[in-house]
Amino acid sequence: MSDLRLLTGGEAVAHAMRQIDPDVVPVYPITPQTPIIQTFAKLVADGRAQTEILNVESEHSAMSAAIGAALAGARTMTATSSQGLALMAEVVYIAASMRAPIVMALGNRALSGPINIHCDHSDSMLIRDSGVIQLFAENAQEAYDLTVIAPRLAEHPDVLLPVLVCQDGFTITHSAEPVELLPDSVVRDFIGDYRIPYSVLDVREPTTQGPFAMPDYYYEFRRQQAAASEASAAVFAELGCEFAQLAGRAYGEVEEYRLEGASTAILALGSTAGTVKDVVDELREDGEPVGLLRITSFRPFPAAAVAAALENVASVVVLDRADSPGGTPPLRAEVAAALYGSGCRLSGAVYGLGGRDLHPADIRAVFAGAAPAHIGLRGEACRV
Amino acid sequence: MAELTPWQHLPVAGAVRPDTAIRPVTGGWRTGERPEADLPACVNCLLCWLYCPDSAILVEGESFNGFDLDACKGCAICAEVCPVGAIAMVAE
Repeated sequence: MSDLRLLTGGEAVAHAMRQIDPDVVPVYPITPQTPIIQTFAKLVADGRAQTEILNVESEHSAMSAAIGAALAGARTMTATSSQGLALMAEVVYIAASMRAPIVMALGNRALSGPINIHCDHSDSMLIRDSGVIQLFAENAQEAYDLTVIAPRLAEHPDVLLPVLVCQDGFTITHSAEPVELLPDSVVRDFIGDYRIPYSVLDVREPTTQGPFAMPDYYYEFRRQQAAASEASAAVFAELGCEFAQLAGRAYGEVEEYRLEGASTAILALGSTAGTVKDVVDELREDGEPVGLLRITSFRPFPAAAVAAALENVASVVVLDRADSPGGTPPLRAEVAAALYGSGCRLSGAVYGLGGRDLHPADIRAVFAGAAPAHIGLRGEACRV
Repeated sequence: MAELTPWQHLPVAGAVRPDTAIRPVTGGWRTGERPEADLPACVNCLLCWLYCPDSAILVEGESFNGFDLDACKGCAICAEVCPVGAIAMVAE
């Protein structure tokens, strides 16, 4: 019997957390993540999850406590946004390096300044190179589904890395949509028991963890961590198939949408993909050969899958919801590397910074080759 | 010095088990003074053992049994916490 509810992305993730029932959740509130922990804290207070919620004094402390809990043998989750992730960043690198399988829910929000509470992807891009796996949801259902998949991915013995499940702030975190929840028992059976190779509290097998590494070993540990990120791609593919059998919804590192016969394709992350799909459907009605390639896994980046999906596409436009002043926006840089040497014509645009809307008309302009390099920015001339 | 290990064979995240750890000799860090015990004065309270940051206090059963000078960095905390003045810092 399907359990279809009207939930915001934040509430949907809180229900995934209730079903996962993590042992420990150290967390500090921040808009637009707050509805996640607010909803979850109420579920815990009502006795519907047994989690120990630690009300810490900052996100730096939240992540520090999360590492201790995860390595002590407790399934651990946390949630944050924007400045919270920025404050966490120092410890996020350490969590990845200590191979702590912490699941992090992110409500994507622009980094200050100017201070802003609305969506862009600058926060997750800030920790792009931390070693953390980054999955981007397109809507509330995907935020729920990816959160259910995340503990299995994080805790897999070939992976043992934090997993960041990204959902666009407000657009997903605060928008109510029909979301199908799996039965609690199905989620519990899917995620199974929490296991890590070494527990810091195991007095029979004592270990020192997070040791100092001199020039003779630091590089080897960084390589080991990068290898785990690379190995996670195959694990995510397996889990996506296993999850599809339970839920009827399949997940992979990319989603190809109407790319068959497409001569122009847009690449995007997150909720924007939903708007692009609508525009693709309209343009396909008119006989325009257009399509979408949505990136679900930004880290590890699915370069081979991107190149394969776009093999027969003449023109690719990458939409970045984050900028890199003085350089190439992050998604475009990845796609450029993935397509290097192919005959594909690559261009890109930045859009939606600080929550600026991207309208269907903007996307039609992108497909028509008439969009500026900074979509929706006042004072920006159209590209020639 | 043991042969350096390739990344594929290192324990996950560098977790160090006692059987794989090389015991560093930190006694060479002392800068001219080492602790010396006046055994007849010692009351075996083991505060020195509790406070030593380098596990350099040797204990036999429940009795103080001297210093591990390979580990002792000469910080003098033991001499400071000894309630009966049984530990003094002396020139090496």
